[in-house]
Amino acid sequence: MLKSSKGVMLILILVLSLTVFVGCGQRSDKQVVSEDSTSQIKSGGNVVVVVPQDPDYLDPHLAAAAGTQEMMFNVFEGLVKPDNQGHIHPAVASDYTVSEDGLVYTFTLRKGIKFHNGNLVTVDDVKYSLERLMGVETGEPLAASFTVIDNIETPDQQTVVITLKEFDASFLANLTVAILPEDNADHNLNPIGTGPFKFIEYVPEQRVVIEKFADYWKEGVPYVDKVEFRIIPDNEAALLSFKSGAIDIYPRIANERLEELGSEFHYVQGMQNMVQLMTMNIAHKPFDDIRVRRAINYAIDVDEIIEAVAFGLGTKLGSNMSPVMPQYYQEGLESTYNLNIERAKELLTEAGYEDGFKTVISVPANYQFHVDTAQVIASQLQKVGIDVDIELVEWGVWLDRIYRGRDYEMTIIGFTGKLDPHKILGRFTSDYDANFLNYNNSEYDELIKQATKTVDLEQRAELYRRAQQILTEDAAAVYIMDPNFAVAMKQNIQGYIIYPLDVLDMSTIYFTE
Amino acid sequence: MKKNLNLYIGGGLILIQLLAMLVSFVYTPFDPNEMNIQERFSPPSWNHWLGTDNFGRDILSRIMKGSQTAFLVGTIAVSIGLTIGTFIGAFAGYLGGWIDEIIMRLTDTLQAFPGILLALMFITVFGPSTVNTMLALSLVSIPVFSRISRSGFIQYKQFEFVEAARAMGLSTIRIMFLHILPNVMSPLIVAASMGFASAVLAEAGLSYLGLGVQPPDPSWGRMLNEAQNYIFKAPWYTLSPGIMITISVLGFNLLGDGIRDLRDPRIT
Repeated sequence: MLKSSKGVMLILILVLSLTVFVGCGQRSDKQVVSEDSTSQIKSGGNVVVVVPQDPDYLDPHLAAAAGTQEMMFNVFEGLVKPDNQGHIHPAVASDYTVSEDGLVYTFTLRKGIKFHNGNLVTVDDVKYSLERLMGVETGEPLAASFTVIDNIETPDQQTVVITLKEFDASFLANLTVAILPEDNADHNLNPIGTGPFKFIEYVPEQRVVIEKFADYWKEGVPYVDKVEFRIIPDNEAALLSFKSGAIDIYPRIANERLEELGSEFHYVQGMQNMVQLMTMNIAHKPFDDIRVRRAINYAIDVDEIIEAVAFGLGTKLGSNMSPVMPQYYQEGLESTYNLNIERAKELLTEAGYEDGFKTVISVPANYQFHVDTAQVIASQLQKVGIDVDIELVEWGVWLDRIYRGRDYEMTIIGFTGKLDPHKILGRFTSDYDANFLNYNNSEYDELIKQATKTVDLEQRAELYRRAQQILTEDAAAVYIMDPNFAVAMKQNIQGYIIYPLDVLDMSTIYFTE
Repeated sequence: MKKNLNLYIGGGLILIQLLAMLVSFVYTPFDPNEMNIQERFSPPSWNHWLGTDNFGRDILSRIMKGSQTAFLVGTIAVSIGLTIGTFIGAFAGYLGGWIDEIIMRLTDTLQAFPGILLALMFITVFGPSTVNTMLALSLVSIPVFSRISRSGFIQYKQFEFVEAARAMGLSTIRIMFLHILPNVMSPLIVAASMGFASAVLAEAGLSYLGLGVQPPDPSWGRMLNEAQNYIFKAPWYTLSPGIMITISVLGFNLLGDGIRDLRDPRIT
């Protein structure tokens, strides 16, 4: 007993000291928003960026973690490279043409482009890199999307011709994958690429360091000399370190923490190409009834969720696509189901649920953002008589029971974005193996299938826009928002560009004054 | 005789919380689960005595509602633990021999695991819910009570009144629970009071980890968990459940000490 009461006292002291600590916390009401300052660019300087995890592989063809890709984006480049609008630009290649039938891609190598080891990039390096991904030598493709390549030819020292077995609308987006030097013995130990920064060192659980590549093909960039990605897994420790000045850039700062930053910091924010949505298991009563799904859509006030959960820093969505993809985004859908309690009740009555019903919303417990959203939705649905229990499930259980097992009533999740609209909208086709919504509409399936076969870009985009309309009309889910994400940095760092991808682009930032 | 300060202070603190809990059954200033986004993060005021949280819910109402959970979990966990613990301790202590060996080695095994770890394991296997939290915590408290009860029975079974009862031919069960148990009750009550404090704390701990009471129902630990993200923005939000946990743990510990002083003339 004595022992346990000692333990109790210890915890008591901890709780007390926590509350005292809270008492001392100071409120800062300063709202710091970054403005486009045009103060002169100063070249040079070292930057420290905090990242939450170690890279999984330094070899870009093996790396799968988003956390690795966001760092190594600075080191490696493909034949083409994405910009922050989701458009694709030539990189290692200076130019490319696509044949009429979309089967033959002809790339012209950029003149004088060098690897970090000083060697010129040759067509053989390109061929080697792509064949490595196809698994020509090993028989095991490193990336399934490259098996569509029929053959690669190098008619001269500047040209690479890639012929596909069949048309693949997402092929160009896949060519953002790294081009590597053929003579590098170990890509994982000594990664060499063509990006604006070269790799210097990786100390596990501490840092990844990259340095300015003087021979980079694009004139003028990068501005800073050295970037250290400091690995701090604990968010709170990272934020404290940032506030103390030891770290220059803090990516993905939580929206509710922005107010804590003093005037020596500023932040930039943007959409992250994510679709946060509440799905209803359509194979499950009463969600098989479109009137019930529409009623729920009418009963949920998305604006209130954005205000309550994301502090207003989110973009309202009407279908399964973020406006950050302007080429494919169908405008105007977000106001289809504006809050309308009366209409919701009418629809429920029509469907035979005038007294409402009881249901369960299962949310992954590790995402406080989704848990908070569930709480708001539960209180909103209460108003039309739908009684919602919230069930917190572990991430593993969520994947197993809900995502794969499809055993649930409602859940909230965020679909992370891709550059390829097929990967975003293909989730709703009836034959998609992780279509855990159990959404099934043959017209929709047909549209998506047709889009993958359409070579003309504008026609394709039109098909995808129509697909978004169907998802809204069918009320396949409650589309909530694309939550903004913010990157905070010291006041004297400017030029940061936000991507709708897992990218921390260090080539555009510079110090002022 | 010195004034029994521990008893008064401890009893007073618990009485206040008990009253708040009883009142919450019939009245709370606001609906504890009602959201009001416009009024979120309001600091303490006449309207919201303890301020509002990130959804604009009234913290005082949630604290009051949360005390129901705390007391419910505490009461059930301690009752189950106390009953089972006393029983098996009584048999082990009174009967002795191989029964004692087996029972005590089993409770030793149970006690070898840190309490919170055992509770975590239990909840991971059977799923998080209020009922499972209570069961897990009672399981953890069984060894504490059984040890106290056993030592009491070993001590008293050699007393003359027990021998007299045995000589009169009374049944073993009758001797154990009518003649010995009242003498052993005193340390058990003290242990129960302290056990209550541990149970409240453990429930808060489990809810803090997201394994106890499920949202949106309020629980002090869950509130502490949700409040920590806003520790700088809304310090009153963390402060309220933190202080409530402190008060109840402190109160029950002082109360336990007070009862011990009251029942044991040697110390006072």
